Amino acid sequence: MALLQITNLHASVDEKEILKGISLTVNAGEVHAIMGPNGSGKSTLAQVLSGHPAYDVTSGTATLEGEDLLDMEAEERAWAGVFLAFQYPVEIPGVTNAYFLRMAFNEVRKARGLDELDPMDFLDLLEEKLKVVEWGPEIMERAVNFGFSGGEKKRNEILQMAVLEPKLAILDETDSGLDIDALRIVADGVNKLRSPERAIILVTHYQRLLDYIVPDFVHVLAGGKIVKSGGKELAHELEAKGYEWLTGMPEGAAV
Amino acid sequence: MSSTTSVTPSISVGASAFAALAETAATSGPAWLVARRRAAAARFAEVGVPSSRDEEWRFTPVAAIGTTAWTAPAASAPVTAADVAALRLADGPLAVLVDGVYVPALSNLPASIQASSLQAAIAAGDAAVETHLGMIALPTATPFSALSLATFTDGVVLHLAAGTELAAPLEILHLTTTSAEGALVAPRVLVTAGKAARGAVVEQFVSLADTVHLSNTVTELVLGEASWVEHIRVQREGARAWHVGYTHAHQARASHYRSFALSIGGKLSRHNLHARLAGEQVETLMYGLYLTQHEQLADTHSAIFHDEPNCNSWEVYKGVLADKSRAVFNGKVFVEPIAQKTDAKQTNRNLLLSDEAKVDTKPQLEIFADDVKCTHGATVGRLNEQQRYYLQTRGIGGRTAQELLIWAFAAEVLTEVMIPAVRNGIERIVRDRLEAMLG
Repeated sequence: MALLQITNLHASVDEKEILKGISLTVNAGEVHAIMGPNGSGKSTLAQVLSGHPAYDVTSGTATLEGEDLLDMEAEERAWAGVFLAFQYPVEIPGVTNAYFLRMAFNEVRKARGLDELDPMDFLDLLEEKLKVVEWGPEIMERAVNFGFSGGEKKRNEILQMAVLEPKLAILDETDSGLDIDALRIVADGVNKLRSPERAIILVTHYQRLLDYIVPDFVHVLAGGKIVKSGGKELAHELEAKGYEWLTGMPEGAAV
Repeated sequence: MSSTTSVTPSISVGASAFAALAETAATSGPAWLVARRRAAAARFAEVGVPSSRDEEWRFTPVAAIGTTAWTAPAASAPVTAADVAALRLADGPLAVLVDGVYVPALSNLPASIQASSLQAAIAAGDAAVETHLGMIALPTATPFSALSLATFTDGVVLHLAAGTELAAPLEILHLTTTSAEGALVAPRVLVTAGKAARGAVVEQFVSLADTVHLSNTVTELVLGEASWVEHIRVQREGARAWHVGYTHAHQARASHYRSFALSIGGKLSRHNLHARLAGEQVETLMYGLYLTQHEQLADTHSAIFHDEPNCNSWEVYKGVLADKSRAVFNGKVFVEPIAQKTDAKQTNRNLLLSDEAKVDTKPQLEIFADDVKCTHGATVGRLNEQQRYYLQTRGIGGRTAQELLIWAFAAEVLTEVMIPAVRNGIERIVRDRLEAMLG
């Protein structure tokens, strides 16, 4: 069974259709890049999969290990193993990163029928996870994303991913706004989290991220549809030619 | 005193209900006190209980107080040491007032500190009481301030001698019992801090029975030069109580006053929190949190009087409102012409959990000096949907997410309680109330 199976997915926001029939199969262990010009629906796809309440799915299906994903609340999707790394991580003043991460971790554990970890045990676990993004413990006492630099916010997303150990991680424009050092740390973190049990979807406008996180598959989204799919070499082709040669293609050309 | 202290005379609704209580109160005590009580009673008879036509009380309907025949509390129902222990926030010296009267058997005021009941201090001829009682919280400040001086029953006096530090905060428990039904409960607290003295006072107002009563409380704080006083005020009276409180801090040069007020109790509560910055280099910090539910109303009226140059005041009040509850916040800052280099900042933020909850918030800055930094900001909003979604995607959903976000909102002021044990206790009270508010 595919880990993620999307079939003919249509979705709208404010009655404007953004996704116009997406079909995609993602298996455990695979890394898929979803590329496309601005406004193509890339971020919408990421938000629809993670359960943003503003988007209405008008037809089609999406399943995670055969379970209907679209019927679940956002938190239920997290419990089932979906993780979204936000393009713009949200600041939560008044809540420390440590408290937030432990709460998230324990909520997911609880939902999966596992024991919660007490603060001390969680700190031990955290120490390991912090290494993924080359961070020290001092970041844990700061409020969630509050006053973080762009790079710190993205590192924090990857740290959360490391802690929550999702089956399916969707990284929405994780490379945007990063300088080269931060990009390297974030990409290294993601690479450390690649595993045969986990699938990763990279949503990105630029090919730059894919030099660091090499995908198994690349899909080009345009006008709410996948207009081309291929291997990692497709990303280089896009880099060379831009998106225009694809967005001009007739409807139904998607693979 | 600046002219800004005076309040427009209120439109009288009915002061007569209190006349008998005031008359009884004025029959005993030293001559200075009798004179002050009589003057206060006359003042109250003149202004009466304010109506909603009074700008200061526009959103806070207290007129019904004036049409109720309040009595003196009956002989108090028994209160046990266990009742008291369950309510405590600190573990140092303790003064317990039951229905407005000091109860030695429940209290613990060691000889090592200068603290006693107000009546004992008056009887002993405490000169500081004569100097300050009713002279800090003036009877002209609010109608209820006059009523308090005219009718107070008892209270607590604490003196912090110059250069000393109070090792543990003095905790004052104002309790009401079943005997308070239909009664006026009128305690007063007076705190004086000598030069460079330091100390903290924790006041709590708690109903042990769900009675309809009127708590009319006054707390006067006199801060000497370079003194440091922390004042914690927790108002968690019963759901049918009326609570009108007035706190006034008078600050000499280089003194530091920090106030934290939690208001969760009462059917209707009003707290006037005033500070007069009467010397240079004064620092005044006011933090507050009000949590309201059902049809409660919580009103805070603060007033900060910058009388002298080079002083700072900083005020942050936050509110969380559920159901059909209401909150009122009015923050006055007066900067006198000579009070140059004043740095004053005021913030009031409100979180509405229901469509039917309502806040009336109003900053009121009157600045007569030109070289000052004064800012204010007020917001009324709902839980942030982006934050809520972010938490959901991390597996934190529904009520858990709601609680976390409300907690985060409130945390900013809770962390300003300096004494860890007291802070922890207040956090427990807040958590319990938030649980109840979320149903």
